[in-house]
Amino acid sequence: MKYELVIGLETHVELNTKSKIFCSCGGHGTGSEPNDCVCPACSGMPGMLPVMNKRVVELAVMAGLMLNCNINRYTTFDKKNYYYPDLPCAYQITQLNHPICTDGCVSLKTSEGTRDIRIKQIHMEEDAGKLVHGGKYSYVDFNRTSVPLIEIVTQPDFRSAEEVVAYLTKLRSMFISGGISECIEGAMRCDVNISVRPEGSAEFGVRSEIKNMSSFEAIDRAIRYEYQRHVNALEFETEELVQETRRFDEVSGKTFAMRNKETEADYRYFPDANLMPIIINDEWLEQIKAAKPDTVDEKAEQYRLAGISEKEIEMLMSNHNISRFLDETVALGCNLKDAAAWILTDCAGILRKDGKTFADLAIAPEKLAAIIKMVDEGKINRGVGKKILVAVVESDVDPVAYCKENGLDQKADTSTIEAVIDKVLAANAQAIEDYKNGKTKAKQALFGACMKELRGTADPALISELLENKLG
Amino acid sequence: MKYYAAKINENGNIAIDDTLLVKDFPATAGSRILEGFKPLFNAEAVTRLENAGYTLSGKTHVGEFGLDLVGEFSYYAEKQEKLRGAAAELVANGDVKAALGVDVNGATRRAAALSDICFLKPTYGTVSRYGVISTAASGEAVGAYAKNTDGIKEIMSVIAGYDEKDGTSLRDKQYEYKNDCEISGLCVAVIKELVEKADAKTKSEIAAAVDALKEKGVVVEEISCSLFDIANTAWEILMTAETCNNISRYDGVKFGHRAKEYKNIDELYVNSRTEGFNFLTKAVILYGSDVLSKNRYADCYDKSLRVRRVVADGLQNLFAEYSAIIAPVCSAAEFAAYEMKDAFDKVFAEGEFTAAANLVGIPALACGKVQLFGKQLDESILLSLAHAFEKEGE
Repeated sequence: MKYELVIGLETHVELNTKSKIFCSCGGHGTGSEPNDCVCPACSGMPGMLPVMNKRVVELAVMAGLMLNCNINRYTTFDKKNYYYPDLPCAYQITQLNHPICTDGCVSLKTSEGTRDIRIKQIHMEEDAGKLVHGGKYSYVDFNRTSVPLIEIVTQPDFRSAEEVVAYLTKLRSMFISGGISECIEGAMRCDVNISVRPEGSAEFGVRSEIKNMSSFEAIDRAIRYEYQRHVNALEFETEELVQETRRFDEVSGKTFAMRNKETEADYRYFPDANLMPIIINDEWLEQIKAAKPDTVDEKAEQYRLAGISEKEIEMLMSNHNISRFLDETVALGCNLKDAAAWILTDCAGILRKDGKTFADLAIAPEKLAAIIKMVDEGKINRGVGKKILVAVVESDVDPVAYCKENGLDQKADTSTIEAVIDKVLAANAQAIEDYKNGKTKAKQALFGACMKELRGTADPALISELLENKLG
Repeated sequence: MKYYAAKINENGNIAIDDTLLVKDFPATAGSRILEGFKPLFNAEAVTRLENAGYTLSGKTHVGEFGLDLVGEFSYYAEKQEKLRGAAAELVANGDVKAALGVDVNGATRRAAALSDICFLKPTYGTVSRYGVISTAASGEAVGAYAKNTDGIKEIMSVIAGYDEKDGTSLRDKQYEYKNDCEISGLCVAVIKELVEKADAKTKSEIAAAVDALKEKGVVVEEISCSLFDIANTAWEILMTAETCNNISRYDGVKFGHRAKEYKNIDELYVNSRTEGFNFLTKAVILYGSDVLSKNRYADCYDKSLRVRRVVADGLQNLFAEYSAIIAPVCSAAEFAAYEMKDAFDKVFAEGEFTAAANLVGIPALACGKVQLFGKQLDESILLSLAHAFEKEGE
């Protein structure tokens, strides 16, 4: 018999905010030492009240817009009760009854064609802290407590591990490029709800939930393992499937039961009286829409129309910083395709030479734009432009000033060039002899010597022409 | 009677209930579970008083988390024979000018009644709850004890006002508290069912107040109203649920009392909380957990939220006709010491007189044994009416 895999995902994404969701402590990854980014509010001390971080609402709405959701204009917070030492208040503030976004959809391209995944809802919530176990004691670190999260819940629409990975990859690049989340290690975590049924069956099989995975590779392996476990159980009755929560062990590549649903805690959800309902009016929604950057799909299409190759688009999309750098450079009046070439070829080359990556690119888009402009206006040639770019990337010089100080403008007129050519020819009698004897390479050497003398201040085509005339 | 859980300044003129935080002074809300806890900041109301030049005398004993009748079940205070609230007694004795308290279930109003002084539970959102050791966030309110309405007026003018640190604080509101508004011609209602439940001394005090009001030209009508009864049940459900949730953070892990004996994290929780909370608090936790559980939520918690709306609408209709409602603060002019196992029922029985104000956030003024309810932000009407019959007036 053939079996069909059915998967629904719950994905937690840490939002890229300056501060935590209900207090003014720094947001994700701010703390360097345990508990150096906590205050009485996020460590659960009495007397403190949660105050909503407006930016969290805006980023959650942006994420909802990117995933084609309905934005609910009335949204409220609930408390979820459970005891664990990493949860200082013994409840988590989350959204149950009125989540901020509902009923969205994402299109995926897979080897089987285009697939639509329905989004059930997106809700805002606070993260928990972290326990560190060492020796006789366990230590509590509240730095991550109250870091804002959105949880994106899909309908059970995935039919393969490949689709799940494609979805997560898309979500990640969308959120990075949109400034929603940096999606760095551990900032995107997934719970995978998985069941298996005979192909053609309308009923769902028994579901297991694999908790808290962040590496796509692990998610892929976990799904494949779990699928086989379910198929074996159905086909060969190797075990009886029960609805349960499981954990994936990356070393053995297997999943293990954590707890059964029957014994699962009652979280006693109820509305949080300390947080007033949030009303998103038309004006605010329009502001958020206007501030929302183009999604990955929209941006890729823009690049495609400008004639950038698919491979280059992929490079641009893989790193939010480069595509943003490109967009900012273009916004300063540069041609899109041209600017992309400068970034993907020239900047990349300079960085690579120094053993760096795009992540290390720290130059201001204004500086690249200034170089491109000088080339476009014929003040310098592209080679000189690249030379200036090296100086900019390596020592962050001002390109226009650098060009002037080093005499790199293509200011040399014909007579200056001719004088230089004469000087070079006088010093290279042998080369002239060689050239006349048919060694074309000799001309290249003379040309190079002229270029060196002129330090790139002249138009190479003009030098070449004048040199040819002199050589006869 | 020893009044203070912690002394601050011998010459201080304001006492602070131990349900409010004063920076660097122990704050326990009368509970062993918070033993040794010292806050890092002041409650907003405390800061405002200090900025206005008042000095704090100390932190006064309260019943554990303010859940009892008037403050009889503090882990730290000595046992009383005749029940009195510590802050209310200090004010009555003239030891301090005024005191701050947190009204979550009427204990502060009852304490004022027993000591023959005033306590105002103001409109929800007028005084910041920043720095309150919170129990029932949706109805608790910081209020003031004073000998008379002059004192209440003075303190409220200092502590009320918008605070960005409290998300439930009312925005853009300026408050001016008066006790000399024109009251002649106003119409007030006395709730028949509640007066009937009070003892003779309370009844006679209410009758005297009514006479004094009539003398000033106030029209007084006796009416029948069932809202206070259903409000009490709804508030008991919401209040216990919220309290159970808000005090679940006291788990022995971070601060306060931790049991000496435990073998694992579950035992640390269970033993610390078993030792840290008193019987009444435990009853509230059990009751509150139950009404939030999956099987009961719809019938208890959710229904209570809807009852809150019904009571708010019903009272609003009454306030369209009457400028204020008069009722006793509590059933008796005296309460003798009793066993803690009876506390939950006793407090619930008294809740009929007080809970409506917490449930729907309206102001309630206890002036001696007489209580006045008004519509949102009508504190000045209540103070002016009380001024007509208060004993300690000018």
